[in-house]
Amino acid sequence: MTRSGWFPALLGVCLAAALIFLTLPVVAIFVNSSPRELIASLGEPGALDALWLSLRTTAASIAIILLVGTPAAYLLATRSFRGKAVVVTLIELPLVLPPAVAGIALLAAVGPSGILGGAVEAAGIELSLATAGVVVALTFVASPFYVRQAMAAFAAVEPTLLDASRTLGASEAHGFLRVMIPVALPGLAAGTALALGRALGEFGATLMFAGSFQGITQTVPLAIYDRFSTNFDSALALSAVLVAVSAAILLSVKLVRGGEALGVAPR
Amino acid sequence: MVLLTACAAVAAGCGDDSDDGGGGSDESTRLVVSAASSMTEALESCAPEFGDAENAEVRLSFAGSDELAAQIRQGAKVDAYAAANTRIPDELHAEDLLSKPVEFATNEFVLVVPKDSDISSLEDLTKEGTTLVIGSESVPIGAYTRETLAKLPPDQEKDILANVRSNEPDVKGIIGKLTQGAADAGFVYITDVNATGGDLKAIKLPEDLDPQVTYAAGVVKQAEQPELAKKFVDGLTQGDCADALTDAGFGPAP
Repeated sequence: MTRSGWFPALLGVCLAAALIFLTLPVVAIFVNSSPRELIASLGEPGALDALWLSLRTTAASIAIILLVGTPAAYLLATRSFRGKAVVVTLIELPLVLPPAVAGIALLAAVGPSGILGGAVEAAGIELSLATAGVVVALTFVASPFYVRQAMAAFAAVEPTLLDASRTLGASEAHGFLRVMIPVALPGLAAGTALALGRALGEFGATLMFAGSFQGITQTVPLAIYDRFSTNFDSALALSAVLVAVSAAILLSVKLVRGGEALGVAPR
Repeated sequence: MVLLTACAAVAAGCGDDSDDGGGGSDESTRLVVSAASSMTEALESCAPEFGDAENAEVRLSFAGSDELAAQIRQGAKVDAYAAANTRIPDELHAEDLLSKPVEFATNEFVLVVPKDSDISSLEDLTKEGTTLVIGSESVPIGAYTRETLAKLPPDQEKDILANVRSNEPDVKGIIGKLTQGAADAGFVYITDVNATGGDLKAIKLPEDLDPQVTYAAGVVKQAEQPELAKKFVDGLTQGDCADALTDAGFGPAP
């Protein structure tokens, strides 16, 4: 090659290593499960229940995350106030919490003997061992992914755009809905994709907080774990389905946003 | 950097091999034992002594018996395997993955409830609104639970199963949900209840329902330390580990 070609070569080697390391396990899932097994595994009673439950609970938690997270991220991105760094850190904290800690923390907070357990029960809400508990677990672990990304997206919007809409007499609410959200949309979509992926794959917090029951709390990752020991092929096939669904989500976001949505820094 | 680490690993590996060939009393001899979660406290208390006596490091890995068996089937480097039933070791033996299993202890299958619970018998579990957390069908505790409930009159079995709210992948999940007040009752082994130190209480079942929980262990065929593994398995029936199991509430082998 050309002179001083060692650095590009090193970059290439590292990329190749990363690519192989990250794709080999995923490829192995598909190598080990034939399409016929895959379809057969979906015919099992528990498999479709798990898939349907995963989609329902993920959709519910994403809806909550978008509705609450978007305005919250907007506030954090457009205002500065004392203690903002602390607030941001606290919101981001679940990002780095191990799932087991998330599960214990949720039990201690809103579990039946948790600090708010009595209030939750008094309100007639059933969380532990119930589908609503799965939604709580997914929302807890997935929301920071969205809020973080949404904050960055809002912060990157030209302030003059909002000023312009205000000069034209629009209220802040109007500017938020008509200017900020459309302009920040690629970043918001990227955050949604990340949160979706995290919610769909949630395992530990769900198991500890919500338990595992077919059709009620047993999401796809829990169903995979349940089959791991008795029916490895079925576990593989279900994993393949989860990979396919996750990849489809990732891809559709990329396609819809013309590839810019998953860029690191939305602008 | 990577190269350096790799070279270091190779060098260490060579050192081990030559030591093994020469002395036979190498400090770095490592025995990997996969054991059912229910034996955690007992084996953790006796394994260090066993290791000291044999001049080896004992690595204990606790999980559901089925999960550990799946790891062995996937080629995990394990020397000895101790399960909470006889079925899985027998299966592994039939697949030529394990030596002939040795039965070394028994455990008692009980109904478990929080210490201040009103539940006192299986009949109480049929009431609507009682929440039950049991083991998943794929783990021994779950299999014993279903086996036991199947001995009840069909109506009673149906009503009890209708109250099940979670199928947990291991005993810890059942105990955890009960101590957190997330459920009213569950089925576990008496040793698990003993380990909670009084938070939960065990309710013995009628003798005719007892599923005869027998523990069995064997030496993994791919073991790197087959002789030491055999000693460890033998020690489960006689010696420190056998005593530790008795202290934890296990019964003698049938």
